[in-house]
Amino acid sequence: MSEAPSVVLVTGVSRFLGGHLAARLAADPSIERVLGVDTTPPSREMRRRMGRAEFVRVDIRNPLIGKVISTAKVDTVVHASLSGNPAQSGGRSMMMEMNVIGTMQLLAACQRSDTVRRLVVKSTSAVYGASRRDPATFTETTEPKAIPPGGYAKDAVEIEGYVRSFSRRRPDIPVTTLRFVNLIGPRIDTSFVRYFSLPVVPVVMGYDARVQLLHEEDAVAVLERAAAEDLPGVFNVGAAGVLMLSQAIRRAGRISLPVPQPAVPLIGRFTRRARLVDFSPEQLRLLNFGRVVDTTKLQDEFGFTPRWTTVQAFDDFVAGRNLRPVIDPATFGRAQNAALAVARALPTGS
Amino acid sequence: MPEARVIPLRSDGGRPRPRPRPAPRRASRPGVGSLQERTEAARGMEPADAVDAAPTVGEVAALPTPEGPSDLEARVAEVGEFLQRRLTGRYSVDDFGFDRDLTEHVVMPLLRPLYEHWFRVETIGTENVPLSGGALLVANHSGTLPLDALMTTVAAHDDLPVPRHLRMLAADLVFGLPGVGAAARKAGHTLACNADAEALLSSGELVGVWPEGFKGIGKDFADRYKLQRFGRGGFVSAALRCGVPIIPCSIVGAEEIYPKIGDLGPLARLLGVPYFPITPTWPLLGPLGLVPLPSKWYIEFGEPIPTDTYEPGAADDPMLVFNLTDQVRENIQQTLYRLLAGRRNAFLG
Repeated sequence: MSEAPSVVLVTGVSRFLGGHLAARLAADPSIERVLGVDTTPPSREMRRRMGRAEFVRVDIRNPLIGKVISTAKVDTVVHASLSGNPAQSGGRSMMMEMNVIGTMQLLAACQRSDTVRRLVVKSTSAVYGASRRDPATFTETTEPKAIPPGGYAKDAVEIEGYVRSFSRRRPDIPVTTLRFVNLIGPRIDTSFVRYFSLPVVPVVMGYDARVQLLHEEDAVAVLERAAAEDLPGVFNVGAAGVLMLSQAIRRAGRISLPVPQPAVPLIGRFTRRARLVDFSPEQLRLLNFGRVVDTTKLQDEFGFTPRWTTVQAFDDFVAGRNLRPVIDPATFGRAQNAALAVARALPTGS
Repeated sequence: MPEARVIPLRSDGGRPRPRPRPAPRRASRPGVGSLQERTEAARGMEPADAVDAAPTVGEVAALPTPEGPSDLEARVAEVGEFLQRRLTGRYSVDDFGFDRDLTEHVVMPLLRPLYEHWFRVETIGTENVPLSGGALLVANHSGTLPLDALMTTVAAHDDLPVPRHLRMLAADLVFGLPGVGAAARKAGHTLACNADAEALLSSGELVGVWPEGFKGIGKDFADRYKLQRFGRGGFVSAALRCGVPIIPCSIVGAEEIYPKIGDLGPLARLLGVPYFPITPTWPLLGPLGLVPLPSKWYIEFGEPIPTDTYEPGAADDPMLVFNLTDQVRENIQQTLYRLLAGRRNAFLG
């Protein structure tokens, strides 16, 4: 049986996942101390939620993070700050800096430390890329057919590379890498959430992606479980079931706007300038082909089954955000009744 | 190794037996068609349809029409319900993107006229397809455009004693094409790769594969009904790993729909497709050249070849895989010759 954590360090606490994880860990009396680090302080509401968890304002790109780990005698590090949302991270280049350089520094500090005995890294299923040559579902061992050309997905591939070399150098520290699918829920803020909140949702003409989601609460629960036990390995984390992109847009009551493939980057630039959604190129590819991961390993080895299915998570998001259908379903019901009345009035011909 | 079997030509008196004409789909309308036809249609109705239609019929039956619900009303109600489901997204798809609702209510009805009236497809040996559980259907590929694959999905749905959805394995080119790729996913088809094939087979689906690929579908008219290389035997190893039977399927008639008499290679390379066909009508007559010639089709399902009798590691024995591949190929080739020998005319059958 693996030892329970006593001092936990969580990165990225000013954002949903890190903040809520810190709050959950702080609520566990068996954990002595919870340290949350980030470059920006969490919101007032988040700090209230975090309770006894301590916030340390430190940039993980700075060697100072090593000091924090050694002085507090941190034994479990949860690196939850990996972000794919440039809007929250101060732009794209800043996001890349924070993701890649931050992870390198954090890993360097962990390698030096003699107190750290567990590492959990939040990664993303974007490392699989998305192309027409990919199988319908990705297992943890599937090689990506198209290496993500840049942006967030490439950063994630590099980060996983650093994590692998870290575990080669420190084989005594069990490392859990969690490849999350897109998160959704009533409270979390991601590019995907913003995308579905647009009244008119641009989609790539002629393509309909399969979308797999994970409820925000399930994401926090997975990280919590990974922090509490030694579960080394790489795991896909996603909910059961699939929604088609067009279907999701209809469920949210939005209207989809098919955009021809060549015009997609243009629309992407427009939504970024207008500060609506910042979609990176590999996320746009996701809208073409979609991505579904196999979560058998998560259920069997990791021992976690998400409570929400993809459809339930999406419906919870729609209900929680109070998204009203752009076209009222009652209008449709009236049209159907009218058509039935006409059918009744016509001679039956028998 | 199984010895090469000599399959007699003209085994069943020369001509393939015509199957009994399928009962007209819409014969349930009262007053139209004989009683026998109507009962046949009622029996042939798939369970999904029955379930969908049940509330509609109940609702309309409550109306004060003396002779029960009219066909038109029931259809309007059904279409209305379908549209409502689609517009609100209240339907489910599986991990592969297969949309059963759309396939049964839109894709099949679109293909059915082509199947029943244009190509007048006759199916033979439907008892060879298992009613449930995983099975791998392996067929010859021809016709420049994969209409043979689409017609086989209709055959599996309409002509089997229990309707089954044939999940096809297609080339990656299909999934890169706008419109086509999305439609293929929704109709339940996926990329031809071992991971997907095994996932589908082990979940008990009927999977269809056309191992000749572009070599088969894009061959010249002069080479018609000559089977090309059967891939690298990936389909056999998938079937062996899952222990599902292989059903050889021979399709006659598809070679004549677009007789490919030439190929514009440079144009094909420019468009990124494997070939750019020239047929007697395409591109000469423009869009009219896209109308397939109305050949008469036969689809014969052969006797299943069991794969669960081999040892567990059989899929990793290349010699066994090659032999089994050859056996399937030979079986289909012989069946093609037999069907052709029984056919008097490509268009009249």
